[in-house]
Amino acid sequence: MAITREQVLHVAALARLELSDEEVDRFTEQLGAILDAVSKVSELDLSDVEPLSHPLDLVNVWAEDVSRPSLPLAAALANAPESEDDHFRVPPTGTAA
Amino acid sequence: MIDTLRLTAEDAMGLLERGEVSAAELRGAYFDAIRERDGELHCYLRLVEDAPGEGVPIALKDIIGTEGVETTAGSKILAGYVPVYDSTVAARCKAAGLSLLGKTNTDEFAMGSSTENSAFGPSHNPWDPTRVPGGSGGGSAAAVAAGLAPWALGSDTGGSIKQPASLCGIVGLRPTYGTVSRYGIVAFASSLDQVGPTTKTVRDCALLYRVIAGRDPCDSTTVEVPPVELPEAEDLAGLRIGIPRELNEAEGIEPGVAAAVRHAIDLAQSLGAEVEECSLPRSVEYGLACYYIIAPAEASSNLARYDGVRYGFRAEGAGFEEQVELTRDEGFGDEPKRRIMLGAYALSAGYYEAYYGQAQKVRRVIADEHAALFERYDLLLSPTSPTVAFELGEKTANPLAMYLSDVLTIPANMAGLPGLSIPCGLSEGLPVGLQLVGPQLSENLLFRAGHALERAIGFDYVPERLR
Amino acid sequence: MTGSWEPVIGLEIHVQLKTRTKMFCRCESGFGAGANTHTCPICLGHPGSLPVPNAKAVEWTIKLGLALGCEIADHAIFHRKHYPYPDLAKGYQISQYDVPLCANGRFVVPGSDGDNEIGIVRAHLEEDAAKSVHVGGAGGRIGGAAHTLIDYNRGGTPLVEIVTQPDLHSADDAKRFLQLLRQTVVELGISDAEMEKGVLRADANVSVRPRGSDELRTRTELKNMNSFSFIARGIDAEIARQIAVWESGAEVVQQTYDYDPDTDTLTPRRTKEEAEDYRYLPDPDLVPIEPPAELVERLRAELPEAPGARIRRLEPELDLELAEGLVTTGRDRLYERTPGDRRAVANVVMNQLAAAGVDPEVVDGEQLGKLVEARERIPRAAFVEALAHAGEPGFEAERYLGEASVADVDELGPLVAEVLAAHPDEVAAYRGGKQGLLGFFVGQVMQRTEGKADAKIVNELLRNALG
Ligand SMILES: [Mg+2]
Ligand SMILES: [Zn+2]
Repeated sequence: MAITREQVLHVAALARLELSDEEVDRFTEQLGAILDAVSKVSELDLSDVEPLSHPLDLVNVWAEDVSRPSLPLAAALANAPESEDDHFRVPPTGTAA
Repeated sequence: MIDTLRLTAEDAMGLLERGEVSAAELRGAYFDAIRERDGELHCYLRLVEDAPGEGVPIALKDIIGTEGVETTAGSKILAGYVPVYDSTVAARCKAAGLSLLGKTNTDEFAMGSSTENSAFGPSHNPWDPTRVPGGSGGGSAAAVAAGLAPWALGSDTGGSIKQPASLCGIVGLRPTYGTVSRYGIVAFASSLDQVGPTTKTVRDCALLYRVIAGRDPCDSTTVEVPPVELPEAEDLAGLRIGIPRELNEAEGIEPGVAAAVRHAIDLAQSLGAEVEECSLPRSVEYGLACYYIIAPAEASSNLARYDGVRYGFRAEGAGFEEQVELTRDEGFGDEPKRRIMLGAYALSAGYYEAYYGQAQKVRRVIADEHAALFERYDLLLSPTSPTVAFELGEKTANPLAMYLSDVLTIPANMAGLPGLSIPCGLSEGLPVGLQLVGPQLSENLLFRAGHALERAIGFDYVPERLR
Repeated sequence: MTGSWEPVIGLEIHVQLKTRTKMFCRCESGFGAGANTHTCPICLGHPGSLPVPNAKAVEWTIKLGLALGCEIADHAIFHRKHYPYPDLAKGYQISQYDVPLCANGRFVVPGSDGDNEIGIVRAHLEEDAAKSVHVGGAGGRIGGAAHTLIDYNRGGTPLVEIVTQPDLHSADDAKRFLQLLRQTVVELGISDAEMEKGVLRADANVSVRPRGSDELRTRTELKNMNSFSFIARGIDAEIARQIAVWESGAEVVQQTYDYDPDTDTLTPRRTKEEAEDYRYLPDPDLVPIEPPAELVERLRAELPEAPGARIRRLEPELDLELAEGLVTTGRDRLYERTPGDRRAVANVVMNQLAAAGVDPEVVDGEQLGKLVEARERIPRAAFVEALAHAGEPGFEAERYLGEASVADVDELGPLVAEVLAAHPDEVAAYRGGKQGLLGFFVGQVMQRTEGKADAKIVNELLRNALG
């Protein structure tokens, strides 16, 4: 199996997913099978090949430093599950930002 | 009486121009059809009763952001999210007078090949409602095939426009990467996502592509696009068409599919095209593996923003960290979870080079192989999907089997190349699609070839059971 | 006193650029604005939004890189750096990773025992996070359940991150490096670099080793220090702590401390180990930056003389401390254009003129020189009075130097006070706007001096007293 239960729990934490035990079992098996399949890329020796991160070869696309109107406050907060005093509100964070 | 099953968008334009019907009557006709058939097919997630626009109406895949109209990407985690801005394509449709009929069903975050991954239930194939319409853009494809929209927009990452078009017997274009703005399109895999038309005819496809294509200052990865030409010619004189062996003889291609495509190849020859077998040795063999590393890696990053803070679904949790983990576990379905974890794994410390780094090199190999073929050929031809529409539930238990649905569309997508799928016949009473692939920015050539083949094939895009 | 131990210190500095708009959207940078009033779909990380880089920020980063003696990359890209904070709208920060805009620089800090050359590992461009305020609960500023409020105004502001080699060997080295760096940034006109406002933030990596050895021992990180005085105190304290740990036979453990300006203390940071795996991904929404050679050369030509070089130039005629003081407070230019005894000029510019709150940039050096030259002869009051006006357009020192006038200044002070005390109603009326009354007061003073006083000075003294 290409991935262990512990590794699944680790990537779940990286991905900020709180998985149920049933999910951990199921995903361990499914991800294992998928990883076996995609590991096929390692068959090729491509040490001398340039990676391609983008299908286009554009460079230097940028905008002038000229401001455009921001959203009205109401629109900025419109979709917020919870807001307070014009801020987005969330439960206390364990890590000081 | 308007027959929305037959009416092409081009026909509809004519009716409007000649004042034979009003825009309101036209919308009315489609809403009648929707009331009649969408209960069974479930193409739409949301209808928009009164939308502005005096032109031909349009349906948009729910991955396309629309100001003031809920946009969920088929996911519970975006339920209730109402964009405060229009995607560039939605804005261009508005500007062209195309009035919005509604938002169509999609696999969650466009991850899937059957729409069965939609959090809001699957869509059904108008040719046989016990079968899938393909995906992720199954809602748009089924809506056009069933006369519930004159035309629609989808988005294609691994094959989500071409494969559903093929399974529903209509035309679908995945444009050259960078020709259609991604601004406002809910992102799945940014280096692959591309919006494009699903239509009844190739000319409709060209007309709609003309509306949405072009450089957008809001999307750094867009390019200038040559003027779009409406295809007229009915021959393929002087066209060199390559038939990649690996795409036409891949294991899993159903005999009926192969036969329909072979018939189309013969027609192409009789229309004056030089046809020759050629090879993409590594693109097909390694394309799927390459795709299922790169797409999930980008997806895991693009979906990191869904934390229930600024928009969308939120689960209750004691602290912020717990709340986010619960929100994402309850908000995402299995497929996004699989891909997010797969991507996080492929990018995580110690694995990057073996997976993501290596996949990027394979991607270069695939691009180079295609570039080499376009030295000798104007276009490549193959089936779009190895199979015709499959039964609902047939592949849901086996993600890998589902992934194979895109094995023939993925190689061109990895290289950022445009691909046009047109219907080329039936197999077991279900539509078969062929895929034409050209070099970057060769859309006009694809339209010309697609149009000529379409005429010669004479496929009837109205599902038999609805005729 | 570090005795037989040598501190080894590296700095990581974040400088907020004062561009008009943010790094990847065109919202105005939102300092001091109402919470979340400078936000848009891009800096709120809404689905489908895409970044477009700020050209000015790129240019300024290159400029700073050149000032730090860096090589400018001919090909740089942006990466996504993933970590799970609520003030990161997209779940990742757009930053630079293995190909930054600027690298391999050296920055000279003159020291009493020769030049101190600090290696610059890199200077790269990234976006700032939003601001979160923790409120409620025990010890919170507001009552009620503990929670966090987020303001995305700061989110997306351009930041340059500068990383030094561990070339600093005392808290004082670090402080003086930062003061020179701050002055450089201010003179380039790319940031106000005010530490108190968090516009310039410094993290320090601190370790100690036995003097003479070149090993690198376990280091600790001091984060978000926002005042020069704290940096000195914080680093000194950490050095002492580590020496004590080693000398007690124990081991220093890798740890990150956050500086809390409210309590002026370092608190160990709580982080999940996952948070440290950033899963860097080349941002597929952005294209590479390849700075045109002519742009780089233009920026190089615009660079002012480096502060370090200026200190060395002034040192012989003054001393290191005074020269450094003049340069790091931006007063050396006035010093250089003011003739006269160097030390005297330096002291006046550094002390009295600063005390008078006069902007050195607008002072006429020639005139200031005359004042400095005369300052022993003329009464303090007159000298101070003159300095207070030294920044005014058309300021002339003579007016304050003539004997009669000089006498006047001393005697006139009390007289003016007398006159004003004697006419409270007129004073009130004048302050109420009846400026015409000035003549009346002048008359009164003239009477009391039998017309001997210099009307110009009387006028001026009155205006000051009344104004
Ligand atoms: Mg940084
Ligand atoms: Zn913004």
